[in-house]
Amino acid sequence: MPAPTLPSENATASVVSPSGYAIEFDNVSIAFDEHVVLDGISFRLQHGETKALFGVAGSGKSTLLKLAIGLLRPDSGRIYVLGEEVTCMSEQKLFELRRRVGIVFQESALFDSLQVYENVGFRLTEEGVPAEEIERRVREVLRFVELERTYDMRPSELSGGMRRRVAIARAIITEPEVLLYDSPTGGLDPVTSNTIVELIMKQRDVYKTSALMVTHRLQDAFTMATHEFDKATNQMVALPKGQLCGVPMSFLILRDARVIFDGDAHELATSRDEYIREYIS
Amino acid sequence: MAFELELISPIAVAKDVALAVQEYTLLSAQSLANFFRRPLYTGDMLQQADLIGVGSLPIVVLTGLSVGALLALNAASTLQRFGGVTLIGELVSLGMVTELGPLITGLMVAGRNASGMASELGSMVVTEQIDAMRALGTDPTKKLITPRVAATAFMLFFLTIIADLLGLIGGYGVAHLLFGVDTNQYWTTVWQTLVFRDVFTGLIKPVLFGFIISTIGCYYGMSTRGGTQGVGRSTTQAVVASSVLILIVDFFVTKLIFAIFGYR
Repeated sequence: MPAPTLPSENATASVVSPSGYAIEFDNVSIAFDEHVVLDGISFRLQHGETKALFGVAGSGKSTLLKLAIGLLRPDSGRIYVLGEEVTCMSEQKLFELRRRVGIVFQESALFDSLQVYENVGFRLTEEGVPAEEIERRVREVLRFVELERTYDMRPSELSGGMRRRVAIARAIITEPEVLLYDSPTGGLDPVTSNTIVELIMKQRDVYKTSALMVTHRLQDAFTMATHEFDKATNQMVALPKGQLCGVPMSFLILRDARVIFDGDAHELATSRDEYIREYIS
Repeated sequence: MAFELELISPIAVAKDVALAVQEYTLLSAQSLANFFRRPLYTGDMLQQADLIGVGSLPIVVLTGLSVGALLALNAASTLQRFGGVTLIGELVSLGMVTELGPLITGLMVAGRNASGMASELGSMVVTEQIDAMRALGTDPTKKLITPRVAATAFMLFFLTIIADLLGLIGGYGVAHLLFGVDTNQYWTTVWQTLVFRDVFTGLIKPVLFGFIISTIGCYYGMSTRGGTQGVGRSTTQAVVASSVLILIVDFFVTKLIFAIFGYR
């Protein structure tokens, strides 16, 4: 299925922060009521890189994303996002930083009292952008996710896959430098999942946005590693066997609150760790 | 099947209570501080004022009329024995304006709106809409809580005035139709009984009650945990806590005003 049309040909690539990494976790730990969820987590996300994050249910993947955007504070360790340390940032400063980061929540988290265009244009409305400009950009980004017809619908009228695409539209409308995806294909049928993966890939290859993607579906991450988005045909195409996509793509696996793997697709495929072999089989 | 009783440490309970009071105080302070920070979300304030004020009008009209009529009926049965039926206006006027008007309106609005706020915000918490709002760079206390606090305090003030007026009309209905009190006599007594202190007491209370209703409703909503069951729990707790707090604050405010202005 071809991907939706591009919003504009002269789209600007994401601005690269002068600091070394888009996201950096340095020995981060967090516990809830004596239960340690993340213990000494360290990893780095390069600018323009996409990192797929795996782990069994309850392994702290969503917690890790919430830590990255400052919705939760770690018990120890440091987190840097776009060169700024979020662990010691005031909530007011965090609001400013979050304008440069987009997030797609597990269950979409659309505001159910607002219509689709209000949801997608929420951030622009808050920033005081003129109404005509908001409408133009909302339509553009809804066209990008192929849902322009839902413009004045309510979230309750949308299917699960449509909600997820609207959530992506809401996350990318301000052209963020980093995108965080929390199980974007979770609970969706294979066809819809493929459409979502294609959208994420398009965002990655066209805008070169750094992304941290939590997923349960290994095949989604492998599809992203072995395919690239072709602007000419406006759809994703498989790369020749053995060749990986031009954009850096890596994998991170969590187990028992710790990182047990952080590497690329080749390293993952050749790993001798029994748990990892079982996980990817 | 064996049942195990879990013993809860009194220290743990005390810590939980202290934490809840601290969080409630911070949320209340934040909701007030937001009045001095841009943006003010006046559109949301007007929308909430419509929902809370206009939406609560039917129940306030009904309770105001009923309470005024009942107050007159009960007062008359006692006053009749002493031949003082003409004093009904004085009792209804004092009772409604200083005490029953603000209290009954506060409790009615608490039942209707504290529960509404707790369930609405609670649902937003469990479906991650509050997290989404924060992630989109918007402060939920500014966007969701401050407009509710402003609208409730403002509208409860006017709802109480309406309830007071309808209570007096209800009292008049009973006094005139059942006990034959002269119209002019009733309204003159009503008017002459009230002094500045009574009106001040009757108008300061709804502002405080409005603040209590909205902050308690928002606090329980924002601290909801545990899915839809948690939303139900928060809703119930918000109504109970706001009603109890209104009764407690009412007592102390009345006592304080007596201490400042002296007894009649």
